[in-house]
Amino acid sequence: MAVTIDPIHQFELKPLVSLGHIGHQQLAFTQSALYMFAAVGVIALITIVATASRSIVPGRMQSLAEIFYEFIADTVHQATGDGGKRFMPLVFSLFMFVLILNLFGMIPYAFAVTSHLIITFGLAALVISTVVIFGVMKHGTHFFGLFVPSGVPKPLLAILVPIEVISFISRPISLSVRLFANMLAGHIAMKIFAFFVVQLLLAGAWSVLSPLPLFLTIALTALEFLVAALQAYVFATLTAIYLNDALHPGH
Amino acid sequence: MAQPNPLTTPPPGADTQVVPGHAEHTEAHSGAFPPFETSGFLAQLIWLALAFGLLYYLMDKIALPRIQSILHARAERLRADLDQAQAMKAEADAAGVAFETALRDAQGKARDIAQTTRNALAAEAETKRKALEEELNAKLAASEATIRTRTEAAMGNVRSIAGEAASAIVERLTGHAPDRASLDRALDATAH
Repeated sequence: MAVTIDPIHQFELKPLVSLGHIGHQQLAFTQSALYMFAAVGVIALITIVATASRSIVPGRMQSLAEIFYEFIADTVHQATGDGGKRFMPLVFSLFMFVLILNLFGMIPYAFAVTSHLIITFGLAALVISTVVIFGVMKHGTHFFGLFVPSGVPKPLLAILVPIEVISFISRPISLSVRLFANMLAGHIAMKIFAFFVVQLLLAGAWSVLSPLPLFLTIALTALEFLVAALQAYVFATLTAIYLNDALHPGH
Repeated sequence: MAQPNPLTTPPPGADTQVVPGHAEHTEAHSGAFPPFETSGFLAQLIWLALAFGLLYYLMDKIALPRIQSILHARAERLRADLDQAQAMKAEADAAGVAFETALRDAQGKARDIAQTTRNALAAEAETKRKALEEELNAKLAASEATIRTRTEAAMGNVRSIAGEAASAIVERLTGHAPDRASLDRALDATAH
């Protein structure tokens, strides 16, 4: 019996409603889009429905919403100081969106939206364009002082400014690739180890070894839950740190 | 859809491309790595923008202001309660101090009253004692005066008795009574 392993299949987009296409681009309401709206629904459930009673003594769900709020508010405050309050909705939305989508990916047979580079890149581009647009609006050309480290002799600047520019440009790339690669690699690893269990079970006497990859799969699942939460936190923290540059561009 | 995967090299605009990643995967699945399949990028970005835009709107307009107001209300409530507790404690402390003061005052007053009473009683006793003493002194003086007069009278009588006796003795011995002057002289001489 030939059992083939296809750890990639889980990342395929499945159009639920096709809406035609523009040239090369296919327009469809995919399961990915459905998961994104489902995530918005879950987040709204936690943060809006559960807080509707505005109780002084919170219930479980309201507590959860408050914990998330305070956690992100702390993160934003630590990274940006007092001026960062206006970015709270952005960072909070990003954190919740990435967190819930990552956790959705942990449901068996579910689709991990954040394992698609274009999604994480879209979010990272949103962050960086917010930084650039807000920075230029608030500080004008002074914002580009971000690329000029202070107190450095002039000849060195010729080397340092390009480095700073490259490091700034690489931010959206690293921000998006970090999340994407973590989710992709984690899901592939889980799939492969889970598949080993099946393969060993079908391999006659070797099936006695099948619990080994099973335990590994269980351990990996736990690890992936950690990664799912951690990557959401990393995304939110880095967003806050980058936004700090827009607020205080001086080096 | 048993045909070989047409997505390996999708010809631009080909109709078969409408459904990338068909439901059942063939064993010869070797299509482009789904996350890098560019044909879905635009749609994904549009859905992302819509979903995230909706989320941002909900968070910005409803969720975060509400959670913030809840947290604020709770902090206010806690602060008010703590303030109230503080005020009550201060009140209790003040009452305790007032009680202490009142107690100390009462104790002082009681001590004063006791002292005054004791002083008054002592003064009265002293007066009575003095009065009694004076009375007794007066009686003593009177008694002494009486004794003195009686003694003097008695002493006067002794002289006359001694004179008479001496005069009688001398008359018996000599046959005639001694004159008054020599008798007095003799009495004076013996009296000293």
